[in-house]
This record gives sequence, C-alpha cells and structure tokens, in this order.
Amino acid sequence: MILFFLSSGLFLGWSLGGNDAANVFGTAVGTKMVKFRTAALIASIFLILGAVISGAGASHTLGKLGAVNAIGGAFMVAFAAAFTVFMMTRLQLPVSTSQAIVGAIIGWNLFSHTQTDYNSLVKIVSTWVMSPILAAVFSALLYLLLKLILKKWKLSIFRLDSYTRIALIVVGAFGAYSLGANNIANVMGVFVPVSPFNDISIGNFFTVTGIQQLFFLGAIAISVGVFTYSYKVMKTVGAGVVKLTPQSALVVVLAESLVLFLFASSSVHDFLVSHNLPAFPLVPVSSSQLVIGAIIGIGLVQGGRNINFKILGRIASGWVTTPIIAALIAFIALFFLQNTFNIEVYKQKPAQQKVTLINRDSIKVKEKSENKKDEDMGNHNKKKVIANKIELKNHTS
Amino acid sequence: MQIIGKTKELIGEIDGFWDTIAKASMVFRVGIKDYLQDRPEKIVSRIIEINELENLADRLRKQIKVKLYAQMLIPESRGDVLGLLESSDNVIDSAKKVLNSFDIEKPLIPDFLTEDFVKLVDASADAVEEMVKAARAFFKEISVVNDYINKVSFFEHEADKLEDTIKRKAFDSIEIESLSWKVQVRYFAERVALLSDGAEDVCERLAISVIKRSL
Repeated sequence: MILFFLSSGLFLGWSLGGNDAANVFGTAVGTKMVKFRTAALIASIFLILGAVISGAGASHTLGKLGAVNAIGGAFMVAFAAAFTVFMMTRLQLPVSTSQAIVGAIIGWNLFSHTQTDYNSLVKIVSTWVMSPILAAVFSALLYLLLKLILKKWKLSIFRLDSYTRIALIVVGAFGAYSLGANNIANVMGVFVPVSPFNDISIGNFFTVTGIQQLFFLGAIAISVGVFTYSYKVMKTVGAGVVKLTPQSALVVVLAESLVLFLFASSSVHDFLVSHNLPAFPLVPVSSSQLVIGAIIGIGLVQGGRNINFKILGRIASGWVTTPIIAALIAFIALFFLQNTFNIEVYKQKPAQQKVTLINRDSIKVKEKSENKKDEDMGNHNKKKVIANKIELKNHTS
Repeated sequence: MQIIGKTKELIGEIDGFWDTIAKASMVFRVGIKDYLQDRPEKIVSRIIEINELENLADRLRKQIKVKLYAQMLIPESRGDVLGLLESSDNVIDSAKKVLNSFDIEKPLIPDFLTEDFVKLVDASADAVEEMVKAARAFFKEISVVNDYINKVSFFEHEADKLEDTIKRKAFDSIEIESLSWKVQVRYFAERVALLSDGAEDVCERLAISVIKRSL
C-alpha cells in the first residue's frame, strides 16, 4: 500500500529522469560526443548520489511551504504535479516540475485550510526568476573564460575533441549530481513528513536515514527514466533547437550545474551564511529554464543576435500558469480522493485555530477554540485548551 | 587516453594526405615547366608520379573516412573534414588531367607566351600549396587559417589575370595563324588556371568550417 501511495512520486521521478537528464547530457549524446549508455550510467550514478547525499536542503524549503501530513495527500499532490507536467507537455506549453509541485502543494494547503508560508513562497518564486538570470551570467563568464583559454592553448582539432569529451563527461557527472540534489525535492519532497522508512544503522559508523532511503527510491525512479525514456529527448536536444558547438554546450551544462548546485547545497549555504554573505535559498529550480538562461548568456556575449524574446515570454508565463493549474488539479483531486475513496488526505492539527459560523434560529453562534498556557501549573511547555467561548448575539434590527 | 592514442594514427594519415597534395602540386609545377622548356619527354615520368600520388591520396582519404566514423572522432566536424578531403582530392585529379592533356595533345606554345604560361603555372601551384597550409592549420591552429585563405585568394586572382592575358595575346597574335591553334592555347590556359579555382573552392569550404568551429 505504501508503494502504491509513493507511485505518483515515482512516476514524477521517472518523468524527470526522462526529460531533465537531457539537460545535462543531451548535447553530448545528441552530437555523438558521448555514447548514450555511458551518459545514462554516469547520470544515474551521480543522480542517486546527489539525491541521497545533498537532497535534503531543497526539500526542507518545500516542506516549509506546506508540510503534507497524510500519505494520501502526498500521493495526490505528487500525482497532480505529474499530471500537470504531462498535460502541459502534451499541449506543448512550457512547464517545469518544480513549478508544478509548488502549485500542487499550495492546492493541498488550500484544501486542508493550512496557512501557506508566504515567506517560503516568495523565496521560491523569486528563485524561479533569479535562477535563469544567474545561469545566463555564469555561462557568459565561463564562455569568455573558455574562449580565452582556447586562444592561448591553440589546441589541435583532435586534442580539443578529446578534452571536450572528457570535460563533457566530468561536467555531466557534476550536473547529474546537482540535478539529483536539487530536483529530488520535487519527486519525494512531499513524502518527507509522511516517510514510511526508519533509519538504518550500519555498525556504529554509518546511518542511512529514512529520508535518504526515500530519496534513494526516488532517485532510482529518476534513473529508470534516464534509461528508458531520455534517449529520444537527448537526440532531440542534440539535433538542436539551438545549434551549439560541443564547447559551447559544455559551458551551458557547467553553468546549469553550478546554479543547480548552489540552490541545493547546504554546505555552500552554510559557508556563505557563516561568512555573512548573501546565501542562495535551497529551492528546487527548473533545469530546462537554466539551460535556456545559459544559452541566452552566450547569445548576449556574442552580441545578442540569438535571443528569442518569445521564448523568454513563454518561460515567464509558465511561472504563473503552471502553479495555478497544478493547484487547481490538486484541489479537485484531493476532494475526489477524500470523498469518493474516503482516504485521509490531511490530518487536522490540534493547535489549529478554528472559526465556525452557524446560523440557527436567527442566532449567530461563534465558536472559537484556542490554546492557552497553563500558567498555574508553572509548566510552560504544556499547552491546554482551557475554554470554548460561545458568544450569542441577538439578531435584531 | 585511449581516444588520444587512436587519434595519433589518424593525425598521421591526415598529415600524409596533405603531404600528398603538396607533392602533387610540385610535380604539376615541374612537369608543365619541363614541357614548356622544351623537355616534353619528361612529362611521362611526371604523369606516372602524379598517378601514384593520386592513388595514395585516395587510399588515405578512405582510411581517414573509415576511422573518423568507426572511432566516432570529431563528430561535429567530420562531415566538413570529409568534404574538405574530397574537394582537395579533386585538385590532384585536375592536375593529373592537365598533365595528361599536355602529353596527349602536345600543344605548341609559342615562345612569346611561354613566360606567361610559366607564371600561370606558378600562380596555380602556389594557390594549391597555400591551400594545403590552410587545411593543415584547420587541424592544428585554427586561428591562422584565414591568413592562408587570403593568400590562396590572391594567387587565384593572379592566375585569372594571367589566363586572361594569355587568351588575349593568343587571339590578338598573327603568329598563331589558325583558329584551332588559338582555341587550343586558350584551352590549356584555362586548364592550368582551373587548379587555382579548385584551391579556392577548398578554401571556401574551409572558411565555413572555421566559422562553424568557432565558439
């Protein structure tokens, strides 16, 4: 039964592996610089490592946005996100898993009357805008640097080819690690509060937490997606909506990977905070949009001749439409799951303030429940509901 | 590291191909000059030499083609590279045909045109040799390719001018009596100049490949 509830997350993982691995190895495979089997194997290994080792940061932020507290709800939230991605892809609309899952979580918040943490929401949405811009800046700088290096080194065509292949594999591995670390939150983040797994200790040295096991499962689903579906996508990317040289592709993947890593790595975050520097919020971002941002960065350095502003407009519209559609689908699906199958999709929080208005015989009844500290007992930790206040008001003119 | 090992052999073969083209150009230059300087019997041995070079170039081109595809090397540029080798091979073919035509038709080049013909042969052969340098640079140091392409362009223009001069002198001349002789002189001037045109075609391909390879 647990696996059934996780299936929507696993499906989301499969779809992520099928589509987003192409953002890391697409050009390398599409241009035949790296064989698909090599790329898929490296991508899978590093995706799993990234998800298990560094996946917690971004999913923590999603958890703050809305902690889905029943596994039925988590199932439907992931399903709504997956369905949104599937539907919008079919309609050829720009879509990102990150944006769909955020919308679906907000849908759950609305359904379960949970207050959405607007600080987290603002942080996440601003990251969507900031991340492609950052990718553009990185790729522009890396492009200039690589150009300088190639001018100085004067490599022969074959040597450049060999170095580029090696670099594409190394950078691809880093990209896969960062993708796993950043995007596992989209796949398994909603299941974290209801994780069915317990910590496993191996000897006294090593502990695999329940969340790591959950992320491992999600990462396996991503890897299956890489092996079963990404080849087609990689071929499409390689054949190129935008034709890139393998060296430019390397710059794009490196810029994308760096941004993914910055928005996923707790270590970098902690380091920046400890040095009183502005830290990057740990938020799942869209790798496809990073790629587009990075390509635009190169275009700007080349004189801005390759920039398609229509594409930029479509991305920006996706920031709004995707979460709204996902929230709507999640809300309707949760209602359906709760009322048709009688499955618990959220747990009532005991500390929650409840306000109900009842009209009865022209009398308005206002019922409030609240928590209050038991000061007489002198115990500050113990909370107790001490009273229900009922106010009766005459409904007279 | 395995890739680097594999490519060494291929680099050797590509170098060998350009050596062959450069040698063929030299054989062409010497062969025609021999003919013009009253040593027509020597052209036969030059034809044998250029035939051997053409066969060698063909063989190398095929080997390079197989290796580029079998070992999946330079996937982005291999189409361009093969096109480049093929069009360069045509230049040798052209040189061989001109030498053959001299041997078969044994055209009578009047003394007043000999110097212009020698200059035309030099300009054409120079264009081919600069083309070889441009092609080598494409593989080794892409930033200097355009310098050689400009030289090829210069020699091609020189060859065109000399071809024009020869034709005008031939048709204005009363020393060349018959129209058929004039036409034959014109034909050989055109044939010799064709070699520089071939070199320019190769360089046009190269220029596009350079743009495609630039970051």
